[in-house]
Amino acid sequence: MDMPAQKKKLGLRERYAYMTRHLGWETTYQPMDKVFPYAEYEGIKIHDWDKWEDPFRLTMDAYWKYQAEKERKLYAIIDAYNQNNGHLNVTDAKYINSIKLFLNGISPLEYMAHRGFAHIGRQFPGEAARVACLMQSLDEIRHAQTQIHSLSNFNKHYNGFHDFTKMIQRVWYMSVPRSFFDDAVSAGPFEFIVSIGFSFEYVLTNLLFVPFVSGAAYNGDMGTMTFGFSAQSDEARHMTLGLEAIKFMLEQDPANVPIVQRWIDKWTWRGYRLLTLVGMMMDYMLPKRVMSWKEAWEIYFEENGGALFKDLARYGIRPPKYLEQIEFDKDHISHQAWATFYQYSALSNFHTWMPTDDEMDWLSSKYPNSFDKYYRPRFEFWRKEAEQGNRFFNKTIPMLCQTCQIPMVFTEPGDPTKTCYRESDYKGSKYHFCSDGCKDIFDHEPEKYIQAWLPAHQIYQGNCFGEGADPTSKDFNPMASVLDYWGVQNGHDNGDFEGSDDQKNFNAWRGMATNNS
Amino acid sequence: MSIVFLALQANDETRPIIESIMADNPHAQLNESPAMVKIDAEGSLTVKRESVEERIGRPFNLQELQINLISLSGNLDETDDEFTLKWNA
Repeated sequence: MDMPAQKKKLGLRERYAYMTRHLGWETTYQPMDKVFPYAEYEGIKIHDWDKWEDPFRLTMDAYWKYQAEKERKLYAIIDAYNQNNGHLNVTDAKYINSIKLFLNGISPLEYMAHRGFAHIGRQFPGEAARVACLMQSLDEIRHAQTQIHSLSNFNKHYNGFHDFTKMIQRVWYMSVPRSFFDDAVSAGPFEFIVSIGFSFEYVLTNLLFVPFVSGAAYNGDMGTMTFGFSAQSDEARHMTLGLEAIKFMLEQDPANVPIVQRWIDKWTWRGYRLLTLVGMMMDYMLPKRVMSWKEAWEIYFEENGGALFKDLARYGIRPPKYLEQIEFDKDHISHQAWATFYQYSALSNFHTWMPTDDEMDWLSSKYPNSFDKYYRPRFEFWRKEAEQGNRFFNKTIPMLCQTCQIPMVFTEPGDPTKTCYRESDYKGSKYHFCSDGCKDIFDHEPEKYIQAWLPAHQIYQGNCFGEGADPTSKDFNPMASVLDYWGVQNGHDNGDFEGSDDQKNFNAWRGMATNNS
Repeated sequence: MSIVFLALQANDETRPIIESIMADNPHAQLNESPAMVKIDAEGSLTVKRESVEERIGRPFNLQELQINLISLSGNLDETDDEFTLKWNA
């Protein structure tokens, strides 16, 4: 039998060209602008979509092949982790609380990212851009699925994981990540790809999925390490896509530059505000720390983001606004956030605690300019109060920033002793902001942000009570009713870690794993 | 010049890849963290297919990097033979 002559395989460049070019056509039944109705209204001018090129030159066939291999590895490890009760090998049950924030707050965003990329994958007129968006859309739904699988495993053993779809819609702090994505998906396709591809992927996910996930590995959580790194390998493609999208817009027409600049300013600030939560997770919620929030920020934002802005300078792009304030704040925001969650611990689906002496010393060494001066005294005071039976809970619902929806807890630029308040008047109403950055964003698009659904304000308006609640009855307890509406189980999911079900169960189970009594 | 980086999982599959990157990019710095490595390099960093193949003793497709890649920074250019990250400024 003759051996068939081996055909020469196509190179990567040619394969990419065949699999992304000329897949589209000029429509005849309907005019092109009706088929792609969102392509122009943001003011971005594109002259030649064929100039779009994915630097990975990834084609659908290769996508399936490598992603399938990754998923097989990922699920094998997650299975092994669960078969071996891997959750009992984490450093301390306190650690699980950081995963509650992560899995409840981020998994629904992955799903929204899936929808967002499916949408713009349909709406961009260029085929290569659409192929890249299709892949990202698939990545995002895979991430949502792997994270929900991980969440489901933790939910068998720990509190606070039981109702993430309800919580993301209702719980006060969940509106911070949710409103970030609501803002992005309700923008046009070009702004969406800057908000997610650039801000969320390039600035945010590196900090969440690299140092935090390395921290998960350090704390013995193989499950989270696995889905985290597996997801981040896709994020590497996503940031490359985000960067490519920005360069593409800037190269296509000089009129695009000021529009893109405004989005970079806006979404850097939005992403930075959202990252406050990650800062707190790294500095306070990991029993064993890999690096401080500030160190991670310096590597992934200042060094890495700085390199990107330098690279974009040749297009006339300047670094984002408020960098000076951001640099000053890196000594403060994680401590301010943890102080807030500690005060409002009765209203959360995870537990809080005051740092031990050891941890305070670590924080002093990492934050020599701020921790001992501004935060240690407050934390030591609260710890003493708790020891004397006066655990401090703040019972007044805080005012939220109209833009980022974080309570107004941040301080004035350059003065960490004074709370920062800004406001704008619009159509006869007053709106409040945590910062100049958030006020700027509102002032540019007030019609968008006056529609924000702010959990604290909604509670005061009586829109967040449990089913069948009667606020006029004599013994009505408004906060218990709000927890009911949120799906938070009072006395189980919330409050101090010390004395929690999680703490008791973890110790009992770990005891069972190491002796026979 | 700014720093580019490539972050990879630290496992059996990446060991020869990391080794070949460090051999091909003498200006690169290897930073080891729990479960991962981050390779920093001023200006640019290149992964060469041939160097990886020499170490693993089988054909290697650079797209296999996807499996163990964690993150990267810089402008990327990927061909059949080389995977290059670089900053233009």
